[in-house]
Amino acid sequence: MTQPRTCYVDISRYDPERGDQYPTMQRVQVPYDDSTSVLDVLQYVKEQVDSSLSYRWSCRMAICGSCGVMVNGIPKLGCKDFVRDYVAHKGVGRDHAANDAPALTIEPLAHFTGERDLVVNMDEFLTHLEAVKPYIIDPASRPNNPSAATHSQTPAQLARYQQFANCINCGLCYAACPQFGLNPEFVGPAAIALAHRYNLDSRDHGKHERMQVLNTHDGVWSCTFVGFCSDVCPKGVDPAAAVNQGKVESAKSMLIQLFKGSSIGDSRS
Amino acid sequence: MQQHEYDVVVVGGGGAGLRAAIAAAQASDGNSRIALLSKVYPMRSHTVAAEGGAAAVTRDDDSLQAHFEDTVAGGDWLAEQGVVDYFVKHAHRELVQMEHWGCPWSRQPNGNVQVRRFGGMKTERTWFAADKTGFHMLHTLYQTALQFDAITRFDEYFVLDIGVAEDGDEREVTGVLALDIKTGALHCIRAGAVIMATGGAGRVFKFNTNGGIVTGDGMAIAYRNGVPLRDMEFVQYHPTGLPGSGILITEASRGEGGVLVNKDGYRYLQDYELGPETPLGKPQNKYMELGPRDKLSQAFWHEQQRGRTGKHGTSDVVYLDLRHLGKAFLEERLPFICELAKAYVNVDPVHEPIPIRPAVHYTMGGILTDAQCETPIQGLFAAGECASVGLHGANRLGSNSLTELLVFGRLAGEQAWQRANARRNTPAKSDDMTAKTQYWQQRISAMQQNPKHAAVSSWPQLKQDLVATMERGCGIYRDEAGLQQSLNDIHELKVAYQRMHVADSSRGYNTDLLQAIELGFSLDVAEATCLAALERRESRGAHQRLETEYQQRNDEQFLKHSLVRWRDEQPATLEWQRVDTTLSAPKVRAYGEQGNAQASTPNRTQGGKV
Repeated sequence: MTQPRTCYVDISRYDPERGDQYPTMQRVQVPYDDSTSVLDVLQYVKEQVDSSLSYRWSCRMAICGSCGVMVNGIPKLGCKDFVRDYVAHKGVGRDHAANDAPALTIEPLAHFTGERDLVVNMDEFLTHLEAVKPYIIDPASRPNNPSAATHSQTPAQLARYQQFANCINCGLCYAACPQFGLNPEFVGPAAIALAHRYNLDSRDHGKHERMQVLNTHDGVWSCTFVGFCSDVCPKGVDPAAAVNQGKVESAKSMLIQLFKGSSIGDSRS
Repeated sequence: MQQHEYDVVVVGGGGAGLRAAIAAAQASDGNSRIALLSKVYPMRSHTVAAEGGAAAVTRDDDSLQAHFEDTVAGGDWLAEQGVVDYFVKHAHRELVQMEHWGCPWSRQPNGNVQVRRFGGMKTERTWFAADKTGFHMLHTLYQTALQFDAITRFDEYFVLDIGVAEDGDEREVTGVLALDIKTGALHCIRAGAVIMATGGAGRVFKFNTNGGIVTGDGMAIAYRNGVPLRDMEFVQYHPTGLPGSGILITEASRGEGGVLVNKDGYRYLQDYELGPETPLGKPQNKYMELGPRDKLSQAFWHEQQRGRTGKHGTSDVVYLDLRHLGKAFLEERLPFICELAKAYVNVDPVHEPIPIRPAVHYTMGGILTDAQCETPIQGLFAAGECASVGLHGANRLGSNSLTELLVFGRLAGEQAWQRANARRNTPAKSDDMTAKTQYWQQRISAMQQNPKHAAVSSWPQLKQDLVATMERGCGIYRDEAGLQQSLNDIHELKVAYQRMHVADSSRGYNTDLLQAIELGFSLDVAEATCLAALERRESRGAHQRLETEYQQRNDEQFLKHSLVRWRDEQPATLEWQRVDTTLSAPKVRAYGEQGNAQASTPNRTQGGKV
């Protein structure tokens, strides 16, 4: 901690307005200490080196979900990923500036369309979230009725869906998902986890509607169960479990539909 | 330039903006067109970072009267009492509404909603969703809003200005001018009503708990258009931010039983009229760690002066000790706090106390509105942290602001729809939108074309100077010389800002330009804050003066709101506004034993329980 340490970082730069056909790497020497996050590195570059660098950020406390990037090829939240963890194996306290191999390579989230530098198009992701109807569906609910009481929900009932409600919509699981990389129509891990969150909520009556989406080829059945989505989640959500449980639910609902003799809402499967 | 027509434009996609948009959609039965603009995707808004909870009278042993009194006394009698009265009466139904929309409120074993203790509140009345209440509220509102076809989202649209039509003394809002961040194109979005829900301005200070987006944009836009900013001198320091980053450690940590100790392990709050010391694991409402935020942050300052603070890196710190609560309880009630402490200061709260220090957290003041959330510009509304509807007075009680987003977001949405509906078939008035568009086009190209020689500053430099001078002169304790120096610094920075160079001339995702524009907004807001702090020569709530003659509350001269008015290229001016104290006359504000001794005769009668 006594003398400032520095390391080299490669940052992916891309600005189609300036005629860039492909991203290129910009190598920057940055100072760091034990608390420096990847987001801090980007802030340093923007404020001290090159103000044209574009990336998203806000809360810097791992809750707003803005700053997802690839660090050395792995999806990470920039504010919750630390330089110390990349330089440690080379020996703490050494000045890595002497060796100009980059300790970190920072790139935009994989599988999303790059817009500029580290900014990717999030609209495709939000379309998937919206598709699963992520809200309480309750035909009996009366909007704005001040006299209505709360539903009863025991801690055990809350615990059934709670972890799936912790998704911050950062998109890391989509950058980790090989199926989403091959088929952008795949609803994807976060959206399936969110659908599952509402399906498991004791106040909800909309499971049937959501299963129409999850039953499709682009729903749960697209998943080949790699499980990397859960590994990269910065909030400990387990979307792979949601997808897996979704497959069980989907199989049940398809069987039920089969016995009832009605359509299951997907022309392709 | 692209033109759009809507009934209501909501600026800001946080808790207040989303609640307002839903309310407007419901009030119109879906027969309206509502535009929701946000400079970030709505779920990134800073509501997301609120941790502790949302207050509403809930228990049988609580009363609306008690919530009213706590809020008015907490605000050191500078709250608008009619507004507080409305707030406490509508708080519970809004939290119930959130429950119906799926908010995962923490529960008691019997399935009822659980409430927790919070600072300055007489009774447990804070609803919570673990320690991520703002996050869960924001996502619930965002997801709920998806159902309303009347709402059109404009994600990543940066609002630069509003349009105003003048007709004699009457001024009416006509819409907003916004920059599409993706393309850099300007859009003119006309509407019968506009709601500002843009959040606070904590980023004008160096050390703060706020996200990078909290730059006071909406406040500055209303202010530049002639709406006064009210009570801007009242800036809340949250007593428990992490050293270095300023990341928030929720007050719920203390509500659940955490204690504050200095470097000697001594619970120092008992030395600052908050005692006597309460037994470990037995927190008592309005005593010690459950005193209000202003008093606790001020106590830190005194400990620092007395050399009783410890060190974490270069920061002076005290310690939040949660160890006696045990691992299982911490994981249930405060999981996010455990995660944050481990990631950002490498401390596991199960085994070690967390180093903390006060950090700027909340702007009590904001855009002047009436009790219906409307500003002096007809059709322009404001709700949430950017607004000064008059709820918080000189100091906000923790867990009142999340409820405020709902109560006044909903009210603003309904009122805005009524205003817009009444104006629906009236002929369009001529406004200043064309002139404003030209102004902004010129302003942007000037920033990009200003000569880039060494003498001309860049925004990172000016921003560093701004946040440093605010921290120096306008902190927890203030004096004339320091405030005057900060005000002078800001005036110089505003001059330098005009000559500032923005290097990036791209159109799409030009965050260089956006941060430069945000800095311009922040400079105006900071000027208003400093001026009001300078002119308020007394100590009240979060505003504390060091001069001997100003160390007490002075109701005779200063039981008044400050109103700061913007003037183009000239220093801002200040005037005073009467405060409504008709329901509860000012008393001594006391906590701990003194507060208990004083919790005397109720001086008003008011409705009972919910």
